[in-house]
Amino acid sequence: MTRNAEDRVVLDVEDLRMRYGTTEVLKGVTFQVRQGEVVCLLGPNGAGKTTTMEILEGFRTRSGGRVQVLGTDPAHGGDAWRARVGVVLQSWRDHGRWRVRELLAHLGMYYGCYATARVPRPWDPDRLVAAVGLTAQAHAKVRTLSGGQRRRLDVAVGLVGRPELLFLDEPTAGLDPVARRAFHGLVAGLAEEWRPTIVLTTHDLHEAQQLADRIVVLSDGRIVADGSVAHLAERIVGEDEVRWTHEGRRHVRRTRDSTRFAFGLFQRYGDAVSDLEVRKATLEDTYLALVGQRSAAHTGRPVAGAVAATAEEGAAEEGVAEEGARR
Amino acid sequence: MNGAVNRTVLRAGWQRGVIELRQSFTNGADLFNHFFWPVLMLVVTYLLRDVPFGDGSFELGTLVLPGILGMNAAMAMVTMSQLLTADREDGTLLRAKATPGGTQAHLVGKIVSVSGGLVADLAIFLVPGLLIVPGLAVGSLGSWSTLAWVLALGLVATLPIGAVLGSLFASTRAQGLLTLPILAMIGVSGIFYPVTSLPDWVGWIAQVFPVYWLGLGMRSALLPDSAAAVEIDESWRHLETVGVLGLWAVLGLLLAPAVLRRTARRESGSALAARRDKALQRVG
Repeated sequence: MTRNAEDRVVLDVEDLRMRYGTTEVLKGVTFQVRQGEVVCLLGPNGAGKTTTMEILEGFRTRSGGRVQVLGTDPAHGGDAWRARVGVVLQSWRDHGRWRVRELLAHLGMYYGCYATARVPRPWDPDRLVAAVGLTAQAHAKVRTLSGGQRRRLDVAVGLVGRPELLFLDEPTAGLDPVARRAFHGLVAGLAEEWRPTIVLTTHDLHEAQQLADRIVVLSDGRIVADGSVAHLAERIVGEDEVRWTHEGRRHVRRTRDSTRFAFGLFQRYGDAVSDLEVRKATLEDTYLALVGQRSAAHTGRPVAGAVAATAEEGAAEEGVAEEGARR
Repeated sequence: MNGAVNRTVLRAGWQRGVIELRQSFTNGADLFNHFFWPVLMLVVTYLLRDVPFGDGSFELGTLVLPGILGMNAAMAMVTMSQLLTADREDGTLLRAKATPGGTQAHLVGKIVSVSGGLVADLAIFLVPGLLIVPGLAVGSLGSWSTLAWVLALGLVATLPIGAVLGSLFASTRAQGLLTLPILAMIGVSGIFYPVTSLPDWVGWIAQVFPVYWLGLGMRSALLPDSAAAVEIDESWRHLETVGVLGLWAVLGLLLAPAVLRRTARRESGSALAARRDKALQRVG
């Protein structure tokens, strides 16, 4: 245990496995989250994100592996543990007849007896309503809220007990772009101001980039990448694409170091080079390559076992490189 | 700490029940439900008010009114069941599960709101009913205290069973399956016609279920003692009433916590989503 509170591990998952019948949904997932981090589980539909979240939230019993959330196995988390965890699920329709502020004030009641000198609980409902931008709707019935307002209320409900750890499962699914952007602003603001540890899932890469300090890419029940946005880009991003015209001919080259390559071009040909374009490899390219390769392996049934076997740990990256080369 | 937690659960549950009760009296659809059945029953009672029964010492309306009260009380079981299923469907139960002490408070809240709603419904029926129907014994304190204990015991007997039923049905649509057996149970329970005028075997079936005993208990509270003549054994059989309702209460209280815990344990976001998808498919 380290002295530095910022380094405290609040979520520790080791070799998490989940089976439904004969289908293995999680095939040994291992990751940690430290206090104050905003971590995104990113992956395509069916990658196992929601299953992972439900296990972490204590809503589902795992098949194997070790899980500690705030120092407790969520499968046996009691009310005192529950009071320290906030949950925002994919879509809520509950309490449609309640009024916004009334619901927050009511749900806050449950947390009062878990207040400590360090963590006063719950949040004041008026402050919370204002924090999620629902002051104008404070006395509206929940079912009259728009999709975006409803999600903001859900976040408020998730926060009402002042959780140390907040789970957001696909928080922007079904929102229009405007509502989505507003929601990103809200979460970023909360993370900045209140410093809870946040674990969220999404299948939207841009959302992950927007919100997270760190991205854990989940594909087909395994973690295929784990790191900060910059780190991921640096470590696994493939090659930039350089296009130029020389002596009337169009050239395309893929390279890891596009700046040096372009410098080399000008050294060799001087101003005979024109129409230079450099397209940096985006995280999206990486991500698509990562999960694309995975699902290719997945559909190719006979070789699936072999690919999966070689794709453990760092081998995954080489797989991506090969995939890129073959293209 | 534990005391504080329990107090919180009770306080939150009470608040939840009161808020839900208020909601049910401030929206059109619910208000309609609150008044529809009592008014319908008042009409029935009104039509039966002059119909003589047996040797003519009682009008059928007089006999029926307390029976209807008992029937309504027993129907709190169905209300409980429907509300719990609906709460599971829309995620209210899952929300409760995500909240410390939430599932217990949710149950307390349901008991408060269902009982409160029932008392209101009974009053909506009983107050005008007293004006329509002659010959009720409502002058004495004894009548009202009998009514109170029968009602209280009836709720303890039926609400836990309702909670069990509510946990067993996967959707509010499936709840429809309950309607037929419930109607059959009411039919044999001597609510609208004394059970002694029905075949013996029907009487035996009736005596298994709480509806009959609640009807009997209510009649014992509101009818003069001479009316016991039309009952089985020509007696109000309070001891047996307490016995049978008590058995249902014990059964319900034994089953309900385990069944509710099981249901709550199985709740998750994906379970909720799967149910919703299924419901949408049916619509689409």
